[in-house]
Amino acid sequence: MSLNLLRLFSGRNASAPVARERLQILLAHERGLLGQSDLLATLREEILAVVSKHVVLDPDKVMVKLERGKTVSTLEVDIEVPNNFDKKALAEKRMAG
Amino acid sequence: MAKVLVVTSGKGGVGKTTSTAALGAALAQSGQSVVVVDFDVGLRNLDLVMGAERRVVFDLINVVQGVAKLPQALIRDKRLENLWLLPASQTRDKDALTDEGVGRVIAELKSRFDWILCDSPAGIERGATLAMRYADEAVIVTNPEVSSVRDSDRIIGMLDSKTVRAERGERVEKHVLITRYDPARAARGEMLNIDDILEILATPLLGIIPESQDVLKASNVGTPVTLNNAESAPARAYIDASRRLMGEEVAMVVPAERKGFMNRLLGRRAA
Repeated sequence: MSLNLLRLFSGRNASAPVARERLQILLAHERGLLGQSDLLATLREEILAVVSKHVVLDPDKVMVKLERGKTVSTLEVDIEVPNNFDKKALAEKRMAG
Repeated sequence: MAKVLVVTSGKGGVGKTTSTAALGAALAQSGQSVVVVDFDVGLRNLDLVMGAERRVVFDLINVVQGVAKLPQALIRDKRLENLWLLPASQTRDKDALTDEGVGRVIAELKSRFDWILCDSPAGIERGATLAMRYADEAVIVTNPEVSSVRDSDRIIGMLDSKTVRAERGERVEKHVLITRYDPARAARGEMLNIDDILEILATPLLGIIPESQDVLKASNVGTPVTLNNAESAPARAYIDASRRLMGEEVAMVVPAERKGFMNRLLGRRAA
């Protein structure tokens, strides 16, 4: 609506107000996202460090995803563990058990 | 008091190298001792714009790696005796620059010069981070174009988080330099205007460089635009910007290029 009005008043060629509005919306969104991605990177690093203490992990197989919904946000952590990851640890556990 | 200034941008092709050369020459002309350092490893161009491409023997990476001493790599400008160039390597591996090595070179340059102007590669990769790492001040070069303004916003974020100053809790002084500005098109609403850009980036303005044929003419002959034709509109804008860097108060004017009748008729524009 406001876009149309601006166009009407500033002549047919005035694309700059559209550019300005698009940029403002985009940057407001991106600034929020970038703040988040720092948090995600930190989370990913720390989760990786903790799990690596006990299991040999491929750092590329750890995925951390944050989704913001209107009422609920979810943090999804997906860690792929190699098949034969801790036979030794398992054996020790059984011995103890 | 030596000042380290990074000339940076998110998007490529907005005029970082042209601006580094022009500001460096303008500062040198006003009596400061200046070195311009090319951080664009692999795609060096500052030597070409400065007209020193055939005089490069050693480069920044040679100095960082200890292959050459700093004085061996520094090239003195042919026109100004207090303007120097430290070129980038074209062929070497980009990872040859290390944080520690760059820090050492910058520290050595600081003891020799008043101004160290670092010409950054475009983007948000390691090269750009290293170029801004030790900066006290930053000039963010941007065009009045949505993609350029958006990427500038990212770079401003990096200047506030990835520099040594930011990590110490200090500020990197930031300035926006708008290049390729066409006042007539902005007035017709076809181009983002200055106020829009500054409001969106929330960073003070260093200067407005008008779209002009003189910029291309100067780089064609390998002379900083401020030396090639000091009376041209872009040269005057760069000289004003350099005075603002030195702390002078200079009124902000948008110097328009005078277009000939035939140019107007044919609607020609500088490339």
